[in-house]
Amino acid sequence: MPDPHEQDGAVAGTGAGGAMDLAADEAAAVTAGGPTGGPDGATAPARSLWSDAWHDLRRNPVFLVSALIILFLVVISLWPSAIATGDPHDCDLARAQDGSSPGHPFGIDGQGCDVYTRTVYGARASVTVGVCATLGVGLLGSVLGGLAGFFGGAWDAILSRVTDVFFAIPVVLGGLVLLSVVTSDTVWPVIGFMVLLGWPQISRIARGSVITAKQHDYVQAARALGASPTRMLLRHIAPNAVAPVIVVATIALGTYIALEATLSYLGVGLKPPTVSWGIDLSAASPYIRNAPHMLLWPAGALAVTVLAFIMLGDAVRDALDPKLR
Amino acid sequence: MGRYVIRRLLQMIPVFFGATLLIFLMVHVMGDPVAGLCGDRRCDPATAARLKREFGLDKPVWQQYATYMGNVFTGDFGTAFNGQKVTELMASAFPVTIRLTLVAVAFEIVIGITLGVLTGLRRGRPVDTTVLLLTLVVISVPTFVTGLLLQLLLGVEWNVIKPSVSPRATVDELLVPGLVLASVSLAYVTRLTRTSIAENRRADYVRTAVAKGLPRRRVITRHLLRNSLIPVVTFIGTDVGALMGGAIVTERIFNIHGVGYQLYQGILRQSTQTVVGFVTVLVLVFLAANLVVDLLYAVLDPRIRYA
Amino acid sequence: MRGATHAKWAAGAVAVAVAAAGCGGGSGGGDGSGVVRSSWGDPQNPLEPANTNEVQGGKVLDMIFRGLKRYDPKTGEAKDMLAESIESKDSRNFTVKIKDGWTFGNGEAVTAKSFVDAWNYGAHLRNNQKNAYFFAYIEGYDKVHPEKGDATAETLSGLKVVDGRTFTVRLTQKFSTWPETLGYPAFAPLPKAFFDDRAGWLAKPVGNGPYAVRSYRKGSTMELRKWDGYKGEDKARNGGVDLNVYTDNNTAYTDLMAGNLDLVDDVPAAQLKNVRSDLGDRYINTPAGIIQTLAFPFYDRAWTKPGAEKVRRGLAMAIDREQITETIFRKTRTPAKDWTSPVLGEDGGYSDSVCGDACRYDPEQARKLVREGGGIPGGTLKISYNADTGSHKEWVDAVCNSINRALGNDRSCTGNPIGTFADFRSRASRQKLDGAWRAGWQMDYPLIQNFLEPNYFTDAPSNDGKYSDERFDKLVNEANAETDTVKAVGKFQDAEKILAEDMPAIPLWYQNGSAGYSDRVSDVALNQFSVPVYEQIKVD
Repeated sequence: MPDPHEQDGAVAGTGAGGAMDLAADEAAAVTAGGPTGGPDGATAPARSLWSDAWHDLRRNPVFLVSALIILFLVVISLWPSAIATGDPHDCDLARAQDGSSPGHPFGIDGQGCDVYTRTVYGARASVTVGVCATLGVGLLGSVLGGLAGFFGGAWDAILSRVTDVFFAIPVVLGGLVLLSVVTSDTVWPVIGFMVLLGWPQISRIARGSVITAKQHDYVQAARALGASPTRMLLRHIAPNAVAPVIVVATIALGTYIALEATLSYLGVGLKPPTVSWGIDLSAASPYIRNAPHMLLWPAGALAVTVLAFIMLGDAVRDALDPKLR
Repeated sequence: MGRYVIRRLLQMIPVFFGATLLIFLMVHVMGDPVAGLCGDRRCDPATAARLKREFGLDKPVWQQYATYMGNVFTGDFGTAFNGQKVTELMASAFPVTIRLTLVAVAFEIVIGITLGVLTGLRRGRPVDTTVLLLTLVVISVPTFVTGLLLQLLLGVEWNVIKPSVSPRATVDELLVPGLVLASVSLAYVTRLTRTSIAENRRADYVRTAVAKGLPRRRVITRHLLRNSLIPVVTFIGTDVGALMGGAIVTERIFNIHGVGYQLYQGILRQSTQTVVGFVTVLVLVFLAANLVVDLLYAVLDPRIRYA
Repeated sequence: MRGATHAKWAAGAVAVAVAAAGCGGGSGGGDGSGVVRSSWGDPQNPLEPANTNEVQGGKVLDMIFRGLKRYDPKTGEAKDMLAESIESKDSRNFTVKIKDGWTFGNGEAVTAKSFVDAWNYGAHLRNNQKNAYFFAYIEGYDKVHPEKGDATAETLSGLKVVDGRTFTVRLTQKFSTWPETLGYPAFAPLPKAFFDDRAGWLAKPVGNGPYAVRSYRKGSTMELRKWDGYKGEDKARNGGVDLNVYTDNNTAYTDLMAGNLDLVDDVPAAQLKNVRSDLGDRYINTPAGIIQTLAFPFYDRAWTKPGAEKVRRGLAMAIDREQITETIFRKTRTPAKDWTSPVLGEDGGYSDSVCGDACRYDPEQARKLVREGGGIPGGTLKISYNADTGSHKEWVDAVCNSINRALGNDRSCTGNPIGTFADFRSRASRQKLDGAWRAGWQMDYPLIQNFLEPNYFTDAPSNDGKYSDERFDKLVNEANAETDTVKAVGKFQDAEKILAEDMPAIPLWYQNGSAGYSDRVSDVALNQFSVPVYEQIKVD
C-alpha cells in the first residue's frame, strides 16, 4: 500500500460499494485502501486462523513457560496448604515486622502474621479477582466496543455515549455506593464491580482497533466478495484487532489485583478473614522504610503473575499475526 | 467534518444530563451526610434538621436534582459543607490538576512512545527485557510506594526537589508528581506502542517504503509510527479523564490540592454539591477528549473519514 | 556533615536541609521575630467559635481568641484569662466580671456585650452552630434552640448585661463546676465586626488573642502574625505562625525531614519507629484528653440478657492492650484503666483502678467468662469502624487477632469497615449497628463530668449504645448539684464504678498527642487537647 496521504477517498468510495453505507454515518465513513490488496486474510489456507494460532502456540517456549506459571498459580490457589503449612490467621503481634527467621522465610507482617503463608494463601483471592475481572472486562468491552466500531452509526453513538457516562463515575464513589450494600464476603461482588466500571476502557480500545482493522485491504476484499458481517468480524477483523485489547487486558489484570487493595482500603473490598495480595500490599505500603520485606513478597507474587499473563498475551498475539509467520 | 463535530457536540447534552443524574443519585444513596458533621456525637436534632433544610436535603430527590441543575445553569454550583463555594473550590483545584495532567500526559507521550518504539523494533533484545521488568515493577508496586520512595530520595536525601508541592504548583514542581502519576499509564502506552510497531513493521507499506529507499528514520516516524498510534491515542484519550479525577494517591503524597483530593473529600463527606459539580466538569473533559481522539483517528489514518 | 553511613541518611539530610532552608520562614534569629511553619488540616466548618468541633479549626481559635478562662497548657487547670471574677452563691446564678482594657485586633473593646452577643449567636438555632449545646445549661436555651420547630426567642433569657464589664448568667440547674467549662473556644467573645459582616470576618477572622490573621487562603495556608496590641500575659514568643494545609500527615512529616516545615503535630504511626533516628529528641508524646473504647448495642437484647456483662468483661480481658499500644501505636496510646483520662489527674477524678482486672489481658479468664456468659452473641463479634479517616483498620484487626487468639477461635472477632464517617455516624446514632463499634471521646473541657455524662447518661447525645442505668443517672445528677468540687468528683467516681460492673463500653487506651519539630524551633509543647502551644514556641 502506498503512502496513505496519496489516497483519494472518492476513488476508494466507488470501490467499496454499498456495504460502506453501514459505516458511512457516525464514527467513520471508511474508504477502501486502494487496489493493492494483500494476500493475507482472504486467501487463508484451509485451516482457520484460530486453529493455526493454536498450532503455533504449542511450540512457542514463551507460551509454555507462562502456561506453567499460571498452572502453578492455579494449583496453589486451590490447595494453598500444599506448600504452606502455617495458618494465615495465626498472628502474634509480639513478633510484628520481624525479618526473616527460621520457620518464617519471608519474615513477619505488621499484624504479626507469617508473610510466606499469607502470600501463598493470598493467591486464591487475588488470582481469582485478577483473572475473572480481566475476562469479564475483556469480553464485555471487546464485544461492545467491537460492535460499535464495526457497525458505526447510531450503534456507535449510543455505545460510545454510554461508555462516557460510565467513565464519569469515580471509582471511589462507585465502590462506596455499589459495594457498601453488599454483605457477601466472597470475591464476586468485587469482580462484578470491576467489570462494571472497567469495560469502557477496553471497549474504547477495541472500537479504535476495529475501526482501523476494518479498512485493511483484505477486509475490504472479503466484503467485496460478499462475506457476512459475522464472518468478517470473527475471521478477519477480530484476529487483527485483538492485539491492543490483549496488551491492555494483561496489564489491567495486574492493576485489578492492586485495585482490590484500594477497595479494601476504602472498607468496601474483600473482607477479613479473606487473605489477598492487595490487602497485604496496602497494609505494607506505609512501612516501606522499616519493613520492606512486608511489601516485597506480595509485590513479587503479583509481578510474577502479571509477567506470566503478559507473556501469554504476547504469545497469543504473535500466533494470531500471520505476518509474523 | 464540521457537521460531524456539531453532531458530537449535541450528543454531549444527553450524556451531561445522564451522568449528572447518575452521580446525583449515587451520592444521594450514600445516606445522610449531616450525621458526619458533628464529630463523635449525635447532632442535635434541631440543628440537623436546619442543616438539611439549608442544603435542600429535606426535599424529594428529583426536586433536589431539578433545583441543583437550575442553579448550575445560572453558574451556581452550591456550597460545600465547610461553607466554601464549589465554584471557588473548582477555581483553585482545576488549574493545578490540569497542569499535573498535562505533565503526566507529556511523560506518557515522550517516554512511553519512545520506549514503545525502541522495544517494538528490538523485540526480545536486552532493552525489551529491561523495559518489561520496569513495567512489572510499576504494576506490582503500589503508586503510594513509588511516590513515597521518590519523594524520600529526591526530596530528603538528595534534596533535588521539595517533597511537597507549594500552593502555586508550578510546572517544575509537578515534574516528579507527574511522573509518578503517569507511571502505570506509561506501562500501558509503552506496551501498546511496542505491539503496534512490531505488528506494523512487517506491513506492506513499510516494506514498500523501505524498498523505495527512504531513510530509516523517515520510515519509522512517518509511516510506521503514525499508523501504529491509533490504540495509543485511544488509550491516552481515555486516560486524560482518569488522570484528572483519579490522582488521589499522587495528590496526597505530594500535597497537591487538586481535583482528586476535592472529589475524594466530597465523596467521603457525601457533599452532593461538590461531587456533582466536579464530576460535571470532568464529564465535559471526557467528552472533549473522546471527540479529539476520534478526530485524531482521521489524521493518523486518512482512510478514516467523518461524514 | 552529610550522614557518613548510608543507613542514617535521613537524619543527616535533615540537618543539611534545615541549615540550607534556615531562611525559609522569615528573618529568624533569636529575637522573637522568626516565624513557625506548622502543618495544618483544612477546618471542616467555618471558623466561628461555636461552630468548630475539631482540632484543626481549634488550633486557629486557640491562637486568635482568649475567653474568660484558659486551660493551663501544662496542668489543664482552668485559669482566669479575661475573667476578673466569676462568682456564685448558689451554683446556679453567676456574676461574671471581665478585665479592663482588652481589645480586639480591630481596636474594638472587649466588653460584657461581646460575650453575651457571641453566646446568643452560638446558641441560636438559626445560626446552625454545631456546638450550640454548650449553651444548653443557660436558662432560655430551649426557647432559642428548641428540639423541634422554630425558635421562640432571640436571646438567652439567662444572660444579662449589667454594665460594660459585668454580666450575669442564670443556669437551668445547679452546676458547680460550670465556670471551669468556660475555657472552651465556643465561649469566646466576638467583635461587632463579626455581626456586621460575617462573610468578611470569616475570610479573615479578627479576635482578641496573641495572634492576628494576616492572610488566609482557604484550603491551603493561613499566615498568623504576633499581635502587638495583645493584653494578656501569654504573649507570642515568636514572630508568627504559618499554617500549611497537608492532606496527608506523612507528607508533612517528610517536609519536616527535608527542612521545609518546623512543626508536625500528628506524626504518622508508620513513621514512629524512625522518629528517634530522624528527629532525635525533637519529638514529643504527651497525654491528651482522649479515650478510645469499644461500645456495645444495649438496644439489642442479645447484649442485655443476663450474662452478657460477663461476655463483655471477658472480651475486655481478651485484648492485649500493652502489646497493641506498643506495636501498633508505638506508645502514642496508653492502655486504659478507667473511662476518663489521666489528664484529669487524681484530683480531677482519674483513677487507675476502676476498671481493675477487666482491663488486664488474661486469655484464660477471658475464655472462661465468655463461656460462662453464653458465648459471643451470633458467634462472631463484629467491630464496626469508619474506613475513611484515622486508620482504624490496623488496630481493629489487631484487637480482633488478640481476641481470636485468646478465645482460641479464628472467627470470634472480625472488623467491619464502613466506608464513610458520615455513614458510620449515621448508623451509630440511629442504632443500626450490630456488634461492637469503635467509640472515641475527646474531652471538651477537663472535667470528669465531660467523660461520663455525654456517653453513658440515659439518652445523652453520645450514648449511641442506649446504655441506661438508674443508679448511674442518679449519681451523675447528684454530682452535678454538689457545690463542693471534691465531693462532686467522688460522686462521679461512684458512678464510674457502675460502668465497671456493667461494662457498657470496653476501655481500650488513652490517646496521646505527638509532634515532631525542626531544630529551628524550641519550647514546643502540646496542650491537653493535643493542640500545640504556639505562643510559647521560640524560633532560633
